[in-house]
Order: sequence, then C-alpha cells, then structure tokens
Amino acid sequence: MSVMIQAQRRKLDIANGRVDLSHGAGGRAMGQLIEGIFHKAFDNDWLRAGNDQSAFAVPGGRMVMTTDGYVVSPLFFPGGNIGTLAVYGTINDIAMAGAVPLYLSASFIIEEGFPLIDLGRIADSMGAASRDAGVPIITGDTKVVEREKADGVFISTAGVGLVPAGLDLRSNAARPGDAVFISGTIGDHGVAVMSKRKNLEFDTAIVSDSAALHGLVADVVAAGGSHIRLMRDPTRGGIAAVLNEIASQSNVGFHIEEEAIPLKPEVAAACELLGLDPLNIANEGKLVAVVAPEAADVVLAAMRAHPLGLEASLVGHAVADENCFVQMATSFGGRRIVDWLSGEQLPRIC
Amino acid sequence: MKYIDEYRDGRLAKDIARRIGAIADPTRSYQLMEFCGGHTHAISRYGLEDLLPTNVRMIHGPGCPVCVLPIGRIDAAIALAMRPEITLCTYGDLMRVPGSNGSSLLKAKAAGADIRMVYSTLDALRIAEAEPECEVVFFAIGFETTTPPTALALKAAIAKGLGNFSIFCNHVLTPAAIQNILESPDVRKLGAIKIDGFIGPAHVSTVIGTEPYEFFAEEFGKPVVVAGFEPLDVIQAILMLVRQVNDGRHEVENQYIRAVTAIGNEKAKAEVAEVFEPCESFEWRGLGEVPYGALRLRAQYAAYDAERRFSMVIPAAKDNPGCECGAILRGVKKPADCKLFGTVCTPDTPMGSCMVSSEGACAAYWTYGRFREKAPQVDAGRAVA
Repeated sequence: MSVMIQAQRRKLDIANGRVDLSHGAGGRAMGQLIEGIFHKAFDNDWLRAGNDQSAFAVPGGRMVMTTDGYVVSPLFFPGGNIGTLAVYGTINDIAMAGAVPLYLSASFIIEEGFPLIDLGRIADSMGAASRDAGVPIITGDTKVVEREKADGVFISTAGVGLVPAGLDLRSNAARPGDAVFISGTIGDHGVAVMSKRKNLEFDTAIVSDSAALHGLVADVVAAGGSHIRLMRDPTRGGIAAVLNEIASQSNVGFHIEEEAIPLKPEVAAACELLGLDPLNIANEGKLVAVVAPEAADVVLAAMRAHPLGLEASLVGHAVADENCFVQMATSFGGRRIVDWLSGEQLPRIC
Repeated sequence: MKYIDEYRDGRLAKDIARRIGAIADPTRSYQLMEFCGGHTHAISRYGLEDLLPTNVRMIHGPGCPVCVLPIGRIDAAIALAMRPEITLCTYGDLMRVPGSNGSSLLKAKAAGADIRMVYSTLDALRIAEAEPECEVVFFAIGFETTTPPTALALKAAIAKGLGNFSIFCNHVLTPAAIQNILESPDVRKLGAIKIDGFIGPAHVSTVIGTEPYEFFAEEFGKPVVVAGFEPLDVIQAILMLVRQVNDGRHEVENQYIRAVTAIGNEKAKAEVAEVFEPCESFEWRGLGEVPYGALRLRAQYAAYDAERRFSMVIPAAKDNPGCECGAILRGVKKPADCKLFGTVCTPDTPMGSCMVSSEGACAAYWTYGRFREKAPQVDAGRAVA
C-alpha cells in the first residue's frame, strides 16, 4: 500500500462518490483512496510506514499461515458484512490450529462504480474487527476492475499466527472414543445471509454468528492441552462437511445425537421453510472440537465459561468405522447418515 | 417450532411403532409402497425404518417429478435455453439433473444460457413483466399440487397482456402412475413384487381429494392411506395400512384429516381443468410410457405453450443400460442391488432417475441410509467415477 501523498488534491467525496478506474490506476487517485479509506480505518504503525510490505519480528516455534477469499452476496447482512467476515474468517482459520493470530493482510478487488460510502463502511468495520481481535491488518492491495467484472467488492485476507509450544492439531488425529463438541447454535450465518438475498427476502431476527474465535480457542487449549485432537470452524458445508472431512482424514466414523445439536428455533423454522438441512448450513463463529475422552469434561466447561461458547454441547463421539460414516440418532428415534452436501445449497455465503 | 415438532415427537413414534409391532402378523410380510418422494425423504431422514418390525418393508415409489422427467425433456429444455432470445426460469432442483452427454441446465448456464432459478411461478411472471425484451419460459414441473399455481400464473399473464411468457409443461399425475406400477407389462417382465398397500401423498390430495384413489383401491384390491409428510404422519399411515391388510380391507383412508377432504379443492381443480388436459401418454423416466400420466396445455392456450410456440423437439434419449431404476421404482429391486449404485451413480454423479433428486429412492438411500446396506466401498460421499 505504499503511496506518495501529494499536497494538492480534490477531497475524496465519500458521501456521494464512487470508485472509478483511476482509483486502481496507481496514480494520485489511488493514493487518495488508500489513504482516505483503508489507512484511516486500519490505522497502525506498519501502514503509516508506507512500505510495499511490512516487517515484523518472528518468534521462535511453529507458525501457521492461511489465506481466504470473500465474495459473499449480499455484502451487508444482519450481524456483519463482507469486511468483518474477511477479518474473522481468516483469524478463525489460524485459530483452528490452536494458534495465536498475529497479523493480517487485506486485498481488495473493487468493481468500478462501487459507492465509496459502502467501501468506507466495510473498511471501518474491518478496522474495528481487527482492533477488537487484537490482530492488525499490516499490509494490503487495491485493484479496481471494470463494471460487471466483479460484484461490488471481493476481499482476500491472509494471516499468520503462532502455535503454542507442544500443540500440534491435525485433521487426521481423531481416534475412536473421542468426544465431539460444537461451541454453539448452528446455521445462524447462512440463514442470516439468505434472509437478505434478492428474491428470497424474509423477516427474521437471526443475525450472523460471525465472530473471532481465538479467545475461545485459547481457553479450550488452556483447558485441554495436548488432549485436544483437532478443531475446525464449520463454515461452508456446515458441521456435516466438517465431520465428514475429519472422518475420512482420520479414518474414523462419528455417532452424533440430533437432540444434542444446538439450534435456534428461528433457524430451524427458516430451514424448514426453505427445505434446507441446518447441518449443511454455514457458520462463521462456531467451532467443532474433537477431544480425547479424558479431557472432555474440562474442555466442555472451558467452552461454556467463554461468552462465545455458552451453548457449547457434546454432540457425539468418534467410532471405529472403516466406511467413515457420520451417523446421527434422530430425535424421532431412528438413525441416518449425515452426508456431505451434493452440489450447491446456497451460492456465495462467505 | 410450533406445530411442527409435535409431528416429530420421538416418544409418540415409539408408541405407534409398538402398536405396529403388536398387530403385525409375524407369519407374513407387509410390502408397503410410499408413492411420493416426499415420504421417501421423510422415512430416510428420520430413520423411520429403524422403528418398524423387520417384516414391514417400505418400497420407495416413483413419486418425484424431477426424478421421473425423461432425459429428452431436459435436453429439449437445454436446447431451448441456449437460444439467445430465451430466458428459462426453473426451480433449483432441476439445475443439476443430467441430460445427454453430461449436459445439464447448470452447465448450459455456465455456457451463457440465460437460466434463472426461481422459487415460484410468480417470480417467473415478474421477470416477464420487468424484462419485456426477454422470451420468458417457465419450466413447469410437479404433481397435482403444483399445477394450480401454473394455471393461475398463465391466466395472470393473459390478464396482464404479457406476450413474452410461456410454459414448458411437465406436470405429471399421481393416480395414473400408481395404476401403471400395478398393471404395466413391465411388472410381469420384471417379476413384480407383491405390494400390499400404498401411502398416498397428502399435498396432492389437498387438491384432488381422496376420491381419485377409490376406483384404484377397489379395482386392484389395494388399501390406500393418504398421509402427511411429517414422520409421525407416515408411521401412523403404516399402522393404518397394516390394520387394513390384517382385516382384509382395501379402502381409501385419510390420515391427513387436518387438510385433506374426499373431494379436494374444487376451485383449484376447476382452474386446472380450464387450462390443462391429460396427454394420452407421457414418458416417465424409469417407468416408461404412462397412459394419461401427465397434463398439457389446452389448444386455446397454444400461444403460451413453449413446446408449440418454439417448435420444441423432444429427442429420444436412453438411460444407462445398467440402470435398475425401473425395477427399483416398482419395488422389485433395492438400490444396493443395482451395480451402478454408489459406484458410478451417486447424488453428485446421478445416472438414473432414482438418484437425480434428494427425493429419489436411491438418493435417499445413499444420503441417509447406506450404512444399512453393503454398498460398494467408496470414499465417504465421493464418487469413484
């Protein structure tokens, strides 16, 4: 984001202006956009230094790095927007390794004509989210593409984090007998986004659960230590996809109980109306933890003691199963498979 | 959820299951067909079969309009959608249905066809109104439940003077298909299994009533219970059928008294009769030609009939010869008896009609129940193509 700010320039008209191609052309206008919107929103020493990259000291031990693209539609939804999602989503991907997230980058691909006021709102909420999480955005990039070559704005964030000594979470680590926890109600994010989608608008009090999970993860790690086998955030594909992935990577099966899965009545009702299975619906502020049986109680207690884990629940156990099936005892009294979603249930929810 | 959870109560289910177990004659079997894919889905999703005695077996019928749509009609819809002037409006579950040579509406959309996913006929009507330069075709599909909305949309289009709205009609009829299952020549060829009774779909009967089944129950001596789609509805219908079989009765009974009457919805039936007429014959994928098995637009609405308006040609297209859907739909075989099941044919790569939609017998087995079957080993959920 290195820019030379010139003395004389027309003020950025955030209230009424729109992004045009000059904002991505590398000239003065681009400098203005970056300075007036992004630097203002993300403000920190690294960005103020104005380099093309940011330097930071590397602590000893293992680090993790991740990257994620965000193309959610609509850009603003109850409980968040594409910007908060881009901050929390990448923080959560780092946190699922048990790691402490340190720094983020943010790259914007903006469609010509995008209102500056919306870009400002998105940047401001990203700045607030990263400050609240204590994870600064220390470098970035801005591109502008012609009208209809993007859908408003796409954001890509990357992040690095530090893994506490002695912790090594892997998705192939689940063993038969392990306890499976979910940190709270499922499906809130997907339903909140859907409720604002064109042609599908419906009134609901549901807001996205979008949140940074590294604080909850720190408490879980402190309680369970090396008894934590692995953690995953059930985003696209929901807990069904996450459990199936873990099952096939760890070569185990899972037995879960429908009645133990936390679900808000409003989310259940929306799913019923739309013919969707909440197990397939995206979450942006929940985690699934697989934990050795001896630490199950302390981990559940730690989750429930954290504000983001108040409704945490033991939903089932890993079992030996060469077919790697995820099976669920239904509240009706039968048993069924919980499968991956076939095809696409909902386009662009993150 | 108020008024829904009551119909999914596990304790009540256990009580009904106990009563079925108490009256089911252990010296015989009960082969009961749920005609409708909605019932198949409920049975599989709630694991209802786990509650039944082993001698009460559910056979999953052909009642999924997406599943039984012949490949040729998908091919014709794709060809139509590729025409530059056409905007094809369709329900989402048709998007992935495979046509010939791996084609689908989803792929046609990616190739540039203007295909819009809609949630109701009214959405399609709104598009026709808002975009008068587009020739909007609504891909109408479904049983008797979805036919009245199509009729009303057509009449609304006429009232609004919309010259750019037409219907590709694929509305199929329930009683004709049930009759076909019992009497078609294929049944003899395939070594028909004895079906002791049918569960009829309640949503269809909210429109047509229970009367259309009377002739059939009498003629074939098979009991019919019209039932709702919640799992308690289904298990209660099973209890009612087992009772009828034990008593030697073959009556049409109504489990869904909260919405279904004997005569159905006269106004809806009148609207449908005004706009549609039965086709002498219509191909059902997996069943073959079903006499009077579908509806078409009456001649006076020809201008709104996409098949006539755009001179659509419905090509003949064959299913994979290894596909056992015909036998599975009649209860002669189970999904796992088919050598394509779970190998090349999965919900991600459907080959036959029963795998096409989540309401198809094979898709329901695969998605919810395959731990019960000795299905070929595949990587959890991923097809080995």
